[in-house]
Amino acid sequence: MGAIILGAISLGTLWAIMTLGVYITYKILDIADLTVEGSIATGAAVAAHFIVGGMNPWLATGIAILAGMLAGLATGLLHTKLRIPPLLAGILTMIALYSINLRIMGKSNIPLLRTNTVYTGVATAFGIADKNLSILIVGLICAFLVSVFVYWFFGTEIGSAVRATGSNPQMARAQGINTSTTINIGLVISNGLVAFSGALIAQNQSFADVQMGTGSIVIGLASLIIGEVLFAMKTNSFKRVILAVCLGAILYRVIIALVLKAGMNPNDLKLFTAITVAVCLALPVGREYFMTVTKSLKRGEK
Amino acid sequence: MLKIDSVFKTFNPGTINENRVLNGISLHLEEGDFVTVIGGNGAGKSTMLNSVAGVFPVDFGTITIDGKDVTKLSEYKRASLIGRVFQDPMTGTAASMNIEDNLALAFRRGRKRTLRWGITAKERKEYRALLASLGLGLETRLSDKVGLLSGGQRQALTLLMATLVKPKILLLDEHTAALDPKTAAKVLEISDRIIKQDNLTAIMVTHNMRDAIAHGNRLIMMNKGQIILDIKGEEKNSLTVEQLLGKFAEAAGEEFTSDSAILG
Repeated sequence: MGAIILGAISLGTLWAIMTLGVYITYKILDIADLTVEGSIATGAAVAAHFIVGGMNPWLATGIAILAGMLAGLATGLLHTKLRIPPLLAGILTMIALYSINLRIMGKSNIPLLRTNTVYTGVATAFGIADKNLSILIVGLICAFLVSVFVYWFFGTEIGSAVRATGSNPQMARAQGINTSTTINIGLVISNGLVAFSGALIAQNQSFADVQMGTGSIVIGLASLIIGEVLFAMKTNSFKRVILAVCLGAILYRVIIALVLKAGMNPNDLKLFTAITVAVCLALPVGREYFMTVTKSLKRGEK
Repeated sequence: MLKIDSVFKTFNPGTINENRVLNGISLHLEEGDFVTVIGGNGAGKSTMLNSVAGVFPVDFGTITIDGKDVTKLSEYKRASLIGRVFQDPMTGTAASMNIEDNLALAFRRGRKRTLRWGITAKERKEYRALLASLGLGLETRLSDKVGLLSGGQRQALTLLMATLVKPKILLLDEHTAALDPKTAAKVLEISDRIIKQDNLTAIMVTHNMRDAIAHGNRLIMMNKGQIILDIKGEEKNSLTVEQLLGKFAEAAGEEFTSDSAILG
């Protein structure tokens, strides 16, 4: 049981990076960006391709991040230059990436068994025997560094401009902000993080697969919502929100591990996740309904 | 300071909804001019302001601000020259960001945004003093989200943001129309004070004839995309609502039809 939880937590730290990426588009830019379904696999594909070719895994992961940023830029340009609605622009890039990912890998799956990964590097450097522990260490450090980056960036002048664009584009333009540029910046950073996460996940699960992005946006949203509802309902602090998002991603993995352990069919997982997200998103509606019902019941009693 | 020269604008050209809103309008403003604009619905008042702000390209004509031809400049590029306050209090501020962030964004209008920190301690102090000058109690709420403010507070904040970097021209587009009378009067008073204090060149669109007469040094009336009345100096100072209605009937050849403008 302990090993399962530890495994879930370490996997959660890797997904936390992806969830921060989803946070940037969904919450800050107010765009539901489906590019992530493709860019997470792109990150995995690029990293796997170069690692199998003998490259240093950290360097391969770095190139994976750049590939993800490029994917984000593609969606951004489709939206800002060609005026395609963001949802559709993301879908187009996602579909295009499926073919591109196959091109990168040359096949639909690259195994990463008996290759160097960022985890084996850390394990040998510090003499750690437990694979999960080395994943946890790498995951925590990466998630922390990404969190610091996100906190810093959105506090800068450019980052504030990106936030303003998501909050009120009309106001942003009136304040001299080129909203096309800021949307592109947001999408590039977001998908860079998503690809980073994909590269780390592939090295963790010892393979990159062209299908691995399917449903990832929903997982990202589920993590985001769980984090917000449980850890950041009453806060204005951006640090607190970032932490909540990371905790949400970790908690999501723990929940999944537990329901699987309890005997849920893994094939039902995506259904389970979709229902979780739908229920969480519907919470305000449910609360409203519940309040009107109780009010009218009270009135009836009088 | 501002020159609008024979500007035409038609929305949805070539469709059944074709609508010629600006019909060769020309308007020249000197530095320090404060012009109030009145006119019925669909007269083109807001469209005139929006074409100055660059919300859409105009079909014909030129717009020059402080000697610079801005006709072809996009909205965000012109923003360095223009301060704007909108009719809807939601439009001028970012609701999910706090008061100081909004002010800091406005403070950087017309400057290159970099990777330096978005707000400095020195700025914060200045913002507190500026907010205190509004007399709305906002100086203690710098880290409150703007979404928590009332409509009047948001308009006052937007006004502050529009003038934080002195604009070449200030555009007020019925910025008190969505407020209750008491708050509207307060926001108008603040507008007047800031315009005088910084000697701003301003255009204020209003539905309220009394306000149009009471404020500014020049009054124009628009009808069907053109200026049909232009009153300044002594004549403006002694103007009454009745005279204005008479002048409108004379110039437009019809009765003024916006009830709210007469009753308001």
